[in-house]
Amino acid sequence: MKILVCMKQVPQKDAPLKLNESATWIRDDVSYEVNEPDAYALEEALRQKEKHGGEVVVITAGPARSQTVLREGLAKGADRAIHLEDAAFVGMDALNVAKVFVAAIKDEKFDLIFTGLQSDDYGFAQTGVIMAELLGWPHATIIMEIQKSDAGIRVKRELESGFFQHVTMPLPAVLTIQSGINKLRYATLLGIKQAKNKPLRKVALEEVRSAAGANLQKIEKLYLPQKSKKTEMLEGAPGEVAKKLVDKLRNDIRVI
Amino acid sequence: MADSILVIAEQREERLNRVSFETVAAAQAIAAETGWNVEAAVFGNGISAIAQELAGRKVARVYDIESPRLAKYEPDGTVAALKAFIQQKQPRLVLMPHTYQVRDFAPQLATALGRTLISDAIGFRKEGAKLIFTRQMFQGKFAADVSFACDPPHFATFQAGAFRGDKAEAGASAAPVETVNAEVPESVVRNKPEDPFKEAKQAVDLTQAEIIVSVGRGIKEQKNIELAKALADALGGELAASRPICDSGWLPMDRQIGSSGQTVSPKLYLAIGISGAIQHIVGMKGSRSVIAINKDAEAPIFEIADYGVVGNLFDIVPALTEEVKKAKA
Repeated sequence: MKILVCMKQVPQKDAPLKLNESATWIRDDVSYEVNEPDAYALEEALRQKEKHGGEVVVITAGPARSQTVLREGLAKGADRAIHLEDAAFVGMDALNVAKVFVAAIKDEKFDLIFTGLQSDDYGFAQTGVIMAELLGWPHATIIMEIQKSDAGIRVKRELESGFFQHVTMPLPAVLTIQSGINKLRYATLLGIKQAKNKPLRKVALEEVRSAAGANLQKIEKLYLPQKSKKTEMLEGAPGEVAKKLVDKLRNDIRVI
Repeated sequence: MADSILVIAEQREERLNRVSFETVAAAQAIAAETGWNVEAAVFGNGISAIAQELAGRKVARVYDIESPRLAKYEPDGTVAALKAFIQQKQPRLVLMPHTYQVRDFAPQLATALGRTLISDAIGFRKEGAKLIFTRQMFQGKFAADVSFACDPPHFATFQAGAFRGDKAEAGASAAPVETVNAEVPESVVRNKPEDPFKEAKQAVDLTQAEIIVSVGRGIKEQKNIELAKALADALGGELAASRPICDSGWLPMDRQIGSSGQTVSPKLYLAIGISGAIQHIVGMKGSRSVIAINKDAEAPIFEIADYGVVGNLFDIVPALTEEVKKAKA
Protein backbone atom coordinates (compact mmCIF):
# COMPACT_ATOMS: atom_id res chain seq x y z
CA MET A 1 0.00 0.00 0.00
CA LYS A 2 1.18 3.46 -0.80
CA ILE A 3 0.35 5.81 2.05
CA LEU A 4 0.67 9.59 2.36
CA VAL A 5 0.87 10.98 5.88
CA CYS A 6 0.03 14.67 6.36
CA MET A 7 2.07 16.09 9.20
CA LYS A 8 2.24 19.43 10.89
CA GLN A 9 4.70 21.25 13.07
CA VAL A 10 3.09 22.90 16.09
CA PRO A 11 4.43 24.72 19.18
CA GLN A 12 5.63 22.37 21.90
CA LYS A 13 2.93 21.48 24.40
CA ASP A 14 4.27 23.42 27.35
CA ALA A 15 6.01 26.17 25.38
CA PRO A 16 5.00 29.63 26.63
CA LEU A 17 3.39 31.42 23.67
CA LYS A 18 3.35 35.14 22.93
CA LEU A 19 1.18 36.96 20.41
CA ASN A 20 2.66 38.82 17.45
CA GLU A 21 2.24 42.60 17.17
CA SER A 22 -0.95 42.44 15.14
CA ALA A 23 -2.34 39.75 17.51
CA THR A 24 -3.24 37.53 14.57
CA TRP A 25 -0.76 34.74 15.28
CA ILE A 26 1.90 33.75 17.78
CA ARG A 27 5.49 34.92 17.74
CA ASP A 28 7.66 32.45 15.91
CA ASP A 29 10.45 32.23 18.49
CA VAL A 30 9.19 29.13 20.29
CA SER A 31 10.13 25.45 20.27
CA TYR A 32 8.20 23.27 17.89
CA GLU A 33 7.30 19.60 17.72
CA VAL A 34 5.25 17.18 15.62
CA ASN A 35 1.51 17.55 16.11
CA GLU A 36 0.79 14.57 18.34
CA PRO A 37 -2.05 12.88 16.39
CA ASP A 38 0.11 13.15 13.24
CA ALA A 39 2.84 11.16 14.99
CA TYR A 40 0.30 8.39 15.55
CA ALA A 41 -0.81 8.68 11.91
CA LEU A 42 2.80 8.17 10.79
CA GLU A 43 3.27 5.23 13.14
CA GLU A 44 0.13 3.57 11.77
CA ALA A 45 1.32 4.09 8.20
CA LEU A 46 4.68 2.48 9.02
CA ARG A 47 2.92 -0.49 10.63
CA GLN A 48 0.66 -0.93 7.59
CA LYS A 49 3.70 -0.88 5.35
CA GLU A 50 5.45 -3.47 7.53
CA LYS A 51 2.38 -5.73 7.20
CA HIS A 52 1.48 -5.21 3.56
CA GLY A 53 4.52 -3.67 1.91
CA GLY A 54 4.43 -0.47 -0.10
CA GLU A 55 5.64 3.02 0.54
CA VAL A 56 5.16 5.74 3.16
CA VAL A 57 5.46 9.37 2.11
CA VAL A 58 5.32 12.26 4.58
CA ILE A 59 4.14 15.74 3.59
CA THR A 60 4.03 19.06 5.41
CA ALA A 61 3.42 22.72 4.61
CA GLY A 62 5.28 25.46 6.43
CA PRO A 63 8.52 27.45 6.62
CA ALA A 64 12.03 25.94 6.56
CA ARG A 65 11.86 24.98 10.25
CA SER A 66 9.04 22.53 9.56
CA GLN A 67 11.42 20.30 7.62
CA THR A 68 12.35 18.85 11.04
CA VAL A 69 8.98 17.08 11.07
CA LEU A 70 9.76 15.40 7.75
CA ARG A 71 13.30 14.46 8.82
CA GLU A 72 11.86 12.82 11.93
CA GLY A 73 9.37 10.95 9.77
CA LEU A 74 12.12 9.75 7.45
CA ALA A 75 14.27 8.72 10.42
CA LYS A 76 11.41 6.61 11.77
CA GLY A 77 11.01 4.81 8.46
CA ALA A 78 9.14 6.91 5.91
CA ASP A 79 10.56 6.46 2.39
CA ARG A 80 10.43 10.01 1.12
CA ALA A 81 9.11 13.46 1.94
CA ILE A 82 7.34 16.40 0.30
CA HIS A 83 7.83 19.87 1.76
CA LEU A 84 5.56 22.72 0.70
CA GLU A 85 8.01 25.29 1.92
CA ASP A 86 6.75 28.78 2.66
CA ALA A 87 5.72 30.68 5.77
CA ALA A 88 2.52 31.67 3.93
CA PHE A 89 1.13 28.12 4.33
CA VAL A 90 0.86 28.66 8.08
CA GLY A 91 -1.85 31.28 7.59
CA MET A 92 -4.00 29.18 5.28
CA ASP A 93 -7.41 27.93 6.37
CA ALA A 94 -8.17 24.20 6.26
CA LEU A 95 -9.71 24.36 2.77
CA ASN A 96 -6.62 26.00 1.29
CA VAL A 97 -4.20 23.66 3.04
CA ALA A 98 -6.20 20.72 1.67
CA LYS A 99 -6.15 22.28 -1.80
CA VAL A 100 -2.37 22.82 -1.88
CA PHE A 101 -1.73 19.28 -0.56
CA VAL A 102 -3.97 17.85 -3.29
CA ALA A 103 -2.18 19.99 -5.90
CA ALA A 104 1.24 18.85 -4.66
CA ILE A 105 0.36 15.14 -5.04
CA LYS A 106 -1.53 15.34 -8.34
CA ASP A 107 0.98 13.11 -10.14
CA GLU A 108 1.06 10.48 -7.38
CA LYS A 109 -1.16 7.44 -6.87
CA PHE A 110 -1.76 6.83 -3.18
CA ASP A 111 -4.00 4.10 -1.75
CA LEU A 112 -4.43 5.87 1.56
CA ILE A 113 -3.95 9.33 3.00
CA PHE A 114 -3.64 9.66 6.78
CA THR A 115 -3.93 12.82 8.84
CA GLY A 116 -4.00 13.25 12.59
CA LEU A 117 -7.55 13.86 13.78
CA GLN A 118 -6.83 17.51 14.53
CA SER A 119 -3.99 19.93 15.09
CA ASP A 120 -2.85 21.42 18.37
CA ASP A 121 -2.68 24.95 16.94
CA TYR A 122 -5.82 25.63 14.88
CA GLY A 123 -7.74 22.57 16.02
CA PHE A 124 -9.97 22.61 12.93
CA ALA A 125 -10.29 18.82 12.67
CA GLN A 126 -11.16 19.30 8.99
CA THR A 127 -8.18 19.05 6.62
CA GLY A 128 -8.35 15.29 6.02
CA VAL A 129 -12.09 15.24 5.36
CA ILE A 130 -11.79 18.20 2.99
CA MET A 131 -8.97 16.47 1.09
CA ALA A 132 -11.21 13.43 0.63
CA GLU A 133 -13.98 15.59 -0.82
CA LEU A 134 -11.56 17.42 -3.15
CA LEU A 135 -10.13 14.10 -4.36
CA GLY A 136 -13.55 12.45 -4.61
CA TRP A 137 -12.43 9.72 -2.20
CA PRO A 138 -14.33 8.22 0.74
CA HIS A 139 -13.13 8.99 4.24
CA ALA A 140 -13.56 7.94 7.84
CA THR A 141 -12.60 9.90 10.94
CA ILE A 142 -11.15 9.23 14.40
CA ILE A 143 -9.76 5.83 13.48
CA MET A 144 -8.50 3.36 16.09
CA GLU A 145 -7.78 0.30 13.90
CA ILE A 146 -7.19 -0.49 10.22
CA GLN A 147 -7.47 -3.93 8.60
CA LYS A 148 -7.05 -4.74 4.97
CA SER A 149 -10.09 -6.46 3.48
CA ASP A 150 -10.83 -8.00 0.10
CA ALA A 151 -12.44 -4.95 -1.41
CA GLY A 152 -10.54 -2.28 0.53
CA ILE A 153 -10.25 -1.71 4.26
CA ARG A 154 -12.25 -2.25 7.42
CA VAL A 155 -11.62 0.43 10.03
CA LYS A 156 -12.67 0.97 13.63
CA ARG A 157 -14.04 4.45 14.27
CA GLU A 158 -14.20 5.89 17.75
CA LEU A 159 -17.63 7.32 18.59
CA GLU A 160 -18.53 9.22 21.71
CA SER A 161 -19.27 7.83 25.20
CA GLY A 162 -17.10 4.75 24.82
CA PHE A 163 -18.74 3.46 21.63
CA PHE A 164 -16.93 2.23 18.53
CA GLN A 165 -18.03 1.22 15.06
CA HIS A 166 -16.54 -0.78 12.22
CA VAL A 167 -16.80 0.65 8.71
CA THR A 168 -15.85 -1.11 5.48
CA MET A 169 -14.73 1.12 2.64
CA PRO A 170 -13.04 0.94 -0.76
CA LEU A 171 -9.61 2.38 -1.59
CA PRO A 172 -8.27 4.94 -2.19
CA ALA A 173 -9.48 6.64 0.98
CA VAL A 174 -8.60 9.27 3.57
CA LEU A 175 -8.48 8.40 7.28
CA THR A 176 -8.04 10.74 10.23
CA ILE A 177 -6.15 8.93 12.97
CA GLN A 178 -6.85 9.13 16.69
CA SER A 179 -4.03 9.48 19.23
CA GLY A 180 -3.36 6.22 21.03
CA ILE A 181 -4.14 3.92 18.06
CA ASN A 182 -0.69 2.38 18.53
CA LYS A 183 2.54 2.78 20.46
CA LEU A 184 4.95 5.28 18.96
CA ARG A 185 8.44 4.13 18.01
CA TYR A 186 11.63 6.09 18.47
CA ALA A 187 13.93 6.83 15.57
CA THR A 188 17.06 4.69 15.69
CA LEU A 189 20.54 6.10 15.15
CA LEU A 190 20.74 4.17 11.91
CA GLY A 191 17.37 5.57 10.89
CA ILE A 192 18.50 9.12 11.56
CA LYS A 193 21.62 8.50 9.47
CA GLN A 194 19.68 6.96 6.60
CA ALA A 195 17.13 9.78 6.65
CA LYS A 196 19.77 12.18 5.38
CA ASN A 197 19.93 10.33 2.07
CA LYS A 198 16.22 9.85 1.55
CA PRO A 199 14.52 11.98 -1.13
CA LEU A 200 12.83 15.20 -0.02
CA ARG A 201 10.94 17.08 -2.72
CA LYS A 202 10.46 20.79 -2.12
CA VAL A 203 7.38 22.48 -3.51
CA ALA A 204 7.43 26.26 -3.70
CA LEU A 205 4.36 28.37 -3.01
CA GLU A 206 4.37 29.42 -6.68
CA GLU A 207 3.83 25.85 -7.84
CA VAL A 208 0.59 25.41 -5.89
CA ARG A 209 -0.61 28.98 -5.45
CA SER A 210 -3.12 28.71 -8.29
CA ALA A 211 -4.81 25.79 -6.52
CA ALA A 212 -5.52 27.90 -3.43
CA GLY A 213 -7.80 30.90 -3.18
CA ALA A 214 -8.40 33.57 -0.59
CA ASN A 215 -9.17 32.17 2.87
CA LEU A 216 -12.92 31.73 3.34
CA GLN A 217 -12.59 32.34 7.05
CA LYS A 218 -10.50 34.94 8.73
CA ILE A 219 -8.87 35.22 12.14
CA GLU A 220 -9.68 38.78 13.24
CA LYS A 221 -7.58 38.57 16.35
CA LEU A 222 -6.17 36.30 19.02
CA TYR A 223 -6.27 37.14 22.71
CA LEU A 224 -5.98 35.54 26.11
CA PRO A 225 -9.21 33.76 27.00
CA GLN A 226 -11.49 35.54 29.40
CA LYS A 227 -11.71 33.67 32.63
CA SER A 228 -15.09 32.19 33.31
CA LYS A 229 -14.18 31.64 36.92
CA LYS A 230 -12.26 33.55 39.52
CA THR A 231 -9.31 31.41 40.48
CA GLU A 232 -7.88 31.73 43.96
CA MET A 233 -4.19 30.93 43.76
CA LEU A 234 -2.72 29.29 46.85
CA GLU A 235 0.93 29.89 47.53
CA GLY A 236 3.59 28.73 49.95
CA ALA A 237 5.78 25.75 50.68
CA PRO A 238 4.22 22.35 49.89
CA GLY A 239 3.23 21.77 53.51
CA GLU A 240 1.58 25.18 53.79
CA VAL A 241 -0.25 24.81 50.49
CA ALA A 242 -1.48 21.39 51.60
CA LYS A 243 -2.90 22.92 54.81
CA LYS A 244 -4.60 25.70 52.83
CA LEU A 245 -6.09 23.17 50.42
CA VAL A 246 -7.45 21.02 53.26
CA ASP A 247 -9.05 24.16 54.69
CA LYS A 248 -10.80 24.74 51.35
CA LEU A 249 -11.79 21.08 51.11
CA ARG A 250 -13.31 21.22 54.57
CA ASN A 251 -14.94 24.67 54.69
CA ASP A 252 -15.70 25.70 51.10
CA ILE A 253 -15.93 22.58 48.95
CA ARG A 254 -17.14 20.52 51.94
CA VAL A 255 -15.89 17.13 50.96
CA ILE A 256 -14.01 16.44 54.22
CA MET B 1 -37.51 35.74 2.13
CA ALA B 2 -36.15 36.49 5.57
CA ASP B 3 -32.69 35.23 6.45
CA SER B 4 -32.74 32.02 8.39
CA ILE B 5 -30.55 30.01 10.68
CA LEU B 6 -30.79 26.28 10.12
CA VAL B 7 -29.97 24.02 13.08
CA ILE B 8 -29.04 20.50 12.02
CA ALA B 9 -29.88 18.36 15.02
CA GLU B 10 -28.27 14.99 15.67
CA GLN B 11 -30.03 11.71 16.27
CA ARG B 12 -28.40 8.38 16.83
CA GLU B 13 -30.22 5.08 17.07
CA GLU B 14 -33.45 7.05 16.73
CA ARG B 15 -32.83 9.15 19.83
CA LEU B 16 -32.22 12.88 19.79
CA ASN B 17 -28.73 13.74 20.99
CA ARG B 18 -29.43 16.25 23.81
CA VAL B 19 -26.52 18.41 22.68
CA SER B 20 -28.82 19.44 19.79
CA PHE B 21 -30.77 21.62 22.24
CA GLU B 22 -27.56 23.54 22.93
CA THR B 23 -27.34 24.30 19.22
CA VAL B 24 -30.99 25.43 19.24
CA ALA B 25 -30.15 27.72 22.18
CA ALA B 26 -27.17 29.11 20.23
CA ALA B 27 -29.38 29.74 17.19
CA GLN B 28 -32.00 31.48 19.33
CA ALA B 29 -29.32 33.70 20.87
CA ILE B 30 -27.98 34.65 17.42
CA ALA B 31 -31.54 35.22 16.17
CA ALA B 32 -32.21 37.57 19.08
CA GLU B 33 -29.38 39.82 17.85
CA THR B 34 -29.86 39.50 14.10
CA GLY B 35 -33.60 39.14 13.71
CA TRP B 36 -33.10 36.03 11.61
CA ASN B 37 -35.51 33.08 11.68
CA VAL B 38 -34.58 29.83 13.38
CA GLU B 39 -35.43 26.56 11.66
CA ALA B 40 -34.31 23.06 12.57
CA ALA B 41 -33.72 19.90 10.61
CA VAL B 42 -33.05 16.31 11.59
CA PHE B 43 -32.20 13.48 9.22
CA GLY B 44 -32.70 9.73 9.36
CA ASN B 45 -35.25 7.07 8.58
CA GLY B 46 -38.59 6.97 10.42
CA ILE B 47 -37.69 9.72 12.87
CA SER B 48 -40.89 11.80 12.93
CA ALA B 49 -41.06 11.46 16.72
CA ILE B 50 -37.65 13.16 16.99
CA ALA B 51 -38.79 15.94 14.66
CA GLN B 52 -41.82 16.42 16.92
CA GLU B 53 -39.55 16.64 19.97
CA LEU B 54 -37.57 19.43 18.28
CA ALA B 55 -40.80 21.17 17.31
CA GLY B 56 -41.49 21.80 20.99
CA ARG B 57 -38.75 24.42 21.00
CA LYS B 58 -39.25 27.95 19.75
CA VAL B 59 -38.36 27.45 16.08
CA ALA B 60 -40.24 28.58 12.97
CA ARG B 61 -40.29 25.13 11.39
CA VAL B 62 -38.79 21.67 11.69
CA TYR B 63 -37.76 19.65 8.64
CA ASP B 64 -37.82 15.89 8.97
CA ILE B 65 -35.37 14.75 6.27
CA GLU B 66 -36.13 11.13 5.54
CA SER B 67 -34.60 8.38 3.43
CA PRO B 68 -34.13 4.64 3.97
CA ARG B 69 -30.47 5.27 3.04
CA LEU B 70 -30.13 7.54 6.09
CA ALA B 71 -31.12 4.76 8.50
CA LYS B 72 -27.51 4.16 9.57
CA TYR B 73 -25.22 7.17 9.68
CA GLU B 74 -22.46 7.40 7.06
CA PRO B 75 -21.10 10.63 5.58
CA ASP B 76 -21.86 10.28 1.85
CA GLY B 77 -25.62 9.80 2.09
CA THR B 78 -25.79 12.47 4.79
CA VAL B 79 -23.95 14.99 2.63
CA ALA B 80 -26.03 14.16 -0.47
CA ALA B 81 -29.27 14.73 1.46
CA LEU B 82 -28.15 17.87 3.30
CA LYS B 83 -26.43 19.43 0.30
CA ALA B 84 -29.60 19.25 -1.80
CA PHE B 85 -31.69 20.54 1.09
CA ILE B 86 -29.38 23.49 1.82
CA GLN B 87 -29.12 24.38 -1.88
CA GLN B 88 -32.88 24.58 -2.00
CA LYS B 89 -33.46 26.47 1.28
CA GLN B 90 -30.40 28.77 1.13
CA PRO B 91 -30.14 29.45 4.86
CA ARG B 92 -27.86 32.27 5.92
CA LEU B 93 -26.24 30.22 8.64
CA VAL B 94 -26.12 26.47 9.32
CA LEU B 95 -25.37 25.47 12.92
CA MET B 96 -24.46 22.06 14.27
CA PRO B 97 -23.09 20.62 17.52
CA HIS B 98 -19.37 19.75 17.33
CA THR B 99 -19.92 16.02 17.84
CA TYR B 100 -17.84 13.17 16.41
CA GLN B 101 -20.61 12.53 13.87
CA VAL B 102 -20.69 16.16 12.74
CA ARG B 103 -16.89 16.23 12.52
CA ASP B 104 -17.20 13.28 10.16
CA PHE B 105 -19.50 14.96 7.60
CA ALA B 106 -19.61 18.75 8.14
CA PRO B 107 -16.25 19.59 6.46
CA GLN B 108 -17.32 17.44 3.48
CA LEU B 109 -20.70 19.21 3.33
CA ALA B 110 -19.21 22.71 3.47
CA THR B 111 -16.59 21.80 0.84
CA ALA B 112 -19.21 20.23 -1.44
CA LEU B 113 -21.03 23.56 -1.35
CA GLY B 114 -17.84 25.57 -1.92
CA ARG B 115 -18.02 27.04 1.56
CA THR B 116 -16.12 26.92 4.83
CA LEU B 117 -16.90 25.65 8.30
CA ILE B 118 -15.94 27.47 11.50
CA SER B 119 -15.54 24.45 13.75
CA ASP B 120 -15.72 24.05 17.51
CA ALA B 121 -16.87 27.61 18.27
CA ILE B 122 -17.58 28.53 21.90
CA GLY B 123 -19.47 31.79 21.39
CA PHE B 124 -20.48 34.55 19.02
CA ARG B 125 -20.69 38.34 18.93
CA LYS B 126 -22.27 40.77 16.52
CA GLU B 127 -20.05 43.66 15.45
CA GLY B 128 -21.99 45.95 13.14
CA ALA B 129 -23.22 43.76 10.33
CA LYS B 130 -20.54 41.17 11.00
CA LEU B 131 -21.06 38.00 12.94
CA ILE B 132 -17.93 37.00 14.84
CA PHE B 133 -17.41 33.50 16.19
CA THR B 134 -15.11 32.77 19.10
CA ARG B 135 -13.05 29.61 19.14
CA GLN B 136 -10.16 28.26 21.15
CA MET B 137 -6.73 27.89 19.60
CA PHE B 138 -3.39 26.49 20.67
CA GLN B 139 -5.12 24.00 22.96
CA GLY B 140 -7.09 26.71 24.73
CA LYS B 141 -4.09 28.96 25.42
CA PHE B 142 -5.66 31.65 23.22
CA ALA B 143 -9.13 32.57 22.07
CA ALA B 144 -9.67 33.72 18.50
CA ASP B 145 -12.31 35.92 16.89
CA VAL B 146 -13.10 34.41 13.51
CA SER B 147 -15.35 35.72 10.74
CA PHE B 148 -16.58 34.41 7.40
CA ALA B 149 -14.98 35.85 4.27
CA CYS B 150 -17.32 34.23 1.74
CA ASP B 151 -20.97 34.34 0.71
CA PRO B 152 -23.56 32.45 2.75
CA PRO B 153 -24.55 29.80 3.57
CA HIS B 154 -22.09 29.93 6.46
CA PHE B 155 -21.39 26.80 8.47
CA ALA B 156 -20.41 26.65 12.14
CA THR B 157 -20.28 24.02 14.86
CA PHE B 158 -20.48 24.74 18.59
CA GLN B 159 -18.50 22.94 21.27
CA ALA B 160 -20.54 20.86 23.72
CA GLY B 161 -21.35 22.99 26.75
CA ALA B 162 -20.85 26.32 24.96
CA PHE B 163 -24.58 27.00 25.30
CA ARG B 164 -27.02 25.57 27.79
CA GLY B 165 -29.53 23.17 26.28
CA ASP B 166 -32.05 23.87 29.04
CA LYS B 167 -32.00 27.52 27.95
CA ALA B 168 -33.42 26.58 24.54
CA GLU B 169 -36.73 28.40 24.62
CA ALA B 170 -39.91 26.39 24.23
CA GLY B 171 -42.46 27.57 21.70
CA ALA B 172 -45.98 28.77 22.61
CA SER B 173 -47.25 25.93 20.44
CA ALA B 174 -45.52 23.16 18.54
CA ALA B 175 -43.74 24.33 15.39
CA PRO B 176 -44.95 22.88 12.08
CA VAL B 177 -43.06 19.78 10.97
CA GLU B 178 -42.45 19.33 7.26
CA THR B 179 -41.35 15.94 5.93
CA VAL B 180 -38.68 16.10 3.25
CA ASN B 181 -38.11 12.94 1.24
CA ALA B 182 -34.42 13.07 0.41
CA GLU B 183 -33.02 11.63 -2.80
CA VAL B 184 -29.98 9.60 -1.86
CA PRO B 185 -28.76 7.63 -4.89
CA GLU B 186 -27.20 4.30 -3.96
CA SER B 187 -24.18 5.16 -6.05
CA VAL B 188 -23.04 8.02 -3.78
CA VAL B 189 -22.68 5.82 -0.70
CA ARG B 190 -19.23 4.28 -0.43
CA ASN B 191 -18.83 3.38 3.26
CA LYS B 192 -20.59 0.42 4.83
CA PRO B 193 -21.08 1.13 8.53
CA GLU B 194 -21.70 -1.65 11.04
CA ASP B 195 -23.57 -1.29 14.32
CA PRO B 196 -21.92 0.74 17.10
CA PHE B 197 -20.63 -1.34 20.00
CA LYS B 198 -18.97 -0.87 23.37
CA GLU B 199 -15.69 -2.53 24.26
CA ALA B 200 -16.20 -5.47 26.61
CA LYS B 201 -15.93 -3.92 30.02
CA GLN B 202 -16.58 -0.38 31.09
CA ALA B 203 -16.05 -1.22 34.72
CA VAL B 204 -15.96 2.24 36.25
CA ASP B 205 -18.81 4.72 36.09
CA LEU B 206 -17.07 7.97 36.94
CA THR B 207 -20.23 9.99 36.32
CA GLN B 208 -21.49 8.91 39.75
CA ALA B 209 -18.33 9.87 41.65
CA GLU B 210 -18.52 12.82 44.07
CA ILE B 211 -14.77 13.28 44.21
CA ILE B 212 -12.40 12.71 41.29
CA VAL B 213 -8.62 12.95 41.41
CA SER B 214 -7.40 13.16 37.84
CA VAL B 215 -3.87 12.93 36.47
CA GLY B 216 -2.30 14.23 33.28
CA ARG B 217 1.03 14.27 31.50
CA GLY B 218 2.69 16.14 34.38
CA ILE B 219 2.79 12.87 36.32
CA LYS B 220 5.71 11.89 34.04
CA GLU B 221 5.95 8.15 34.79
CA GLN B 222 3.56 5.30 35.36
CA LYS B 223 4.85 4.59 38.85
CA ASN B 224 3.98 8.14 39.92
CA ILE B 225 0.29 7.40 39.42
CA GLU B 226 0.52 5.88 42.91
CA LEU B 227 0.81 9.42 44.34
CA ALA B 228 -2.54 10.37 42.86
CA LYS B 229 -4.05 7.04 43.86
CA ALA B 230 -3.01 7.63 47.47
CA LEU B 231 -4.65 11.07 47.43
CA ALA B 232 -7.83 9.68 45.85
CA ASP B 233 -7.97 6.96 48.51
CA ALA B 234 -7.45 9.48 51.31
CA LEU B 235 -10.27 11.62 49.95
CA GLY B 236 -12.52 8.64 49.26
CA GLY B 237 -12.62 9.53 45.58
CA GLU B 238 -12.11 7.90 42.21
CA LEU B 239 -8.95 8.06 40.15
CA ALA B 240 -9.22 9.36 36.58
CA ALA B 241 -6.93 10.67 33.85
CA SER B 242 -6.58 12.72 30.71
CA ARG B 243 -6.29 10.96 27.37
CA PRO B 244 -2.47 10.71 27.06
CA ILE B 245 -2.27 8.74 30.31
CA CYS B 246 -4.77 6.16 29.05
CA ASP B 247 -3.14 6.11 25.60
CA SER B 248 0.12 5.18 27.32
CA GLY B 249 -1.69 2.35 29.09
CA TRP B 250 -0.88 3.75 32.54
CA LEU B 251 -4.57 3.68 33.45
CA PRO B 252 -7.38 1.80 31.71
CA MET B 253 -9.41 3.62 29.05
CA ASP B 254 -12.54 3.57 31.21
CA ARG B 255 -10.89 6.08 33.56
CA GLN B 256 -10.49 8.65 30.83
CA ILE B 257 -12.21 12.05 31.16
CA GLY B 258 -12.88 14.17 28.09
CA SER B 259 -14.54 14.23 24.70
CA SER B 260 -13.50 10.67 23.92
CA GLY B 261 -14.02 9.44 27.48
CA GLN B 262 -16.52 10.15 30.23
CA THR B 263 -18.18 13.48 31.02
CA VAL B 264 -18.33 14.13 34.74
CA SER B 265 -19.64 16.77 37.14
CA PRO B 266 -18.44 15.80 40.63
CA LYS B 267 -18.44 17.97 43.75
CA LEU B 268 -14.66 18.11 43.53
CA TYR B 269 -12.40 17.64 40.54
CA LEU B 270 -8.76 17.70 41.53
CA ALA B 271 -6.57 18.01 38.43
CA ILE B 272 -2.95 16.97 38.91
CA GLY B 273 -0.46 17.79 36.17
CA ILE B 274 -3.27 18.36 33.65
CA SER B 275 -2.69 21.28 31.29
CA GLY B 276 -6.35 21.50 30.30
CA ALA B 277 -6.58 20.81 26.56
CA ILE B 278 -10.04 21.52 25.18
CA GLN B 279 -10.76 17.82 24.70
CA HIS B 280 -10.22 17.29 28.43
CA ILE B 281 -12.05 20.41 29.62
CA VAL B 282 -15.29 19.48 27.85
CA GLY B 283 -15.41 16.35 29.98
CA MET B 284 -15.11 18.04 33.37
CA LYS B 285 -16.08 21.71 33.16
CA GLY B 286 -19.42 20.96 34.78
CA SER B 287 -17.66 20.05 38.05
CA ARG B 288 -18.89 21.98 41.09
CA SER B 289 -15.35 22.79 42.29
CA VAL B 290 -12.05 22.43 40.51
CA ILE B 291 -8.63 22.41 42.14
CA ALA B 292 -5.67 22.45 39.76
CA ILE B 293 -2.05 21.66 40.59
CA ASN B 294 0.36 22.35 37.74
CA LYS B 295 3.93 23.57 37.30
CA ASP B 296 2.96 25.86 34.42
CA ALA B 297 1.19 29.05 35.60
CA GLU B 298 -0.09 29.58 32.04
CA ALA B 299 -1.80 26.18 31.80
CA PRO B 300 -5.39 26.59 30.54
CA ILE B 301 -6.68 24.41 33.39
CA PHE B 302 -6.28 27.47 35.65
CA GLU B 303 -8.88 29.30 33.52
CA ILE B 304 -11.58 27.09 34.92
CA ALA B 305 -10.12 26.22 38.34
CA ASP B 306 -11.61 27.60 41.56
CA TYR B 307 -8.35 27.02 43.38
CA GLY B 308 -4.96 26.82 41.77
CA VAL B 309 -1.51 25.81 42.94
CA VAL B 310 1.50 26.51 40.75
CA GLY B 311 4.27 24.19 41.78
CA ASN B 312 5.86 20.78 41.79
CA LEU B 313 3.16 18.14 42.10
CA PHE B 314 5.69 15.62 43.40
CA ASP B 315 6.08 17.77 46.55
CA ILE B 316 2.53 19.04 46.85
CA VAL B 317 0.50 15.88 46.29
CA PRO B 318 2.16 13.75 49.01
CA ALA B 319 1.92 16.68 51.46
CA LEU B 320 -1.76 17.09 50.62
CA THR B 321 -2.41 13.37 51.09
CA GLU B 322 -0.87 13.55 54.55
CA GLU B 323 -2.92 16.62 55.51
CA VAL B 324 -6.13 15.01 54.27
CA LYS B 325 -5.41 11.88 56.32
CA LYS B 326 -4.73 14.01 59.39
CA ALA B 327 -7.92 16.01 58.88
CA LYS B 328 -9.99 12.86 58.53
CA ALA B 329 -8.39 11.03 61.47
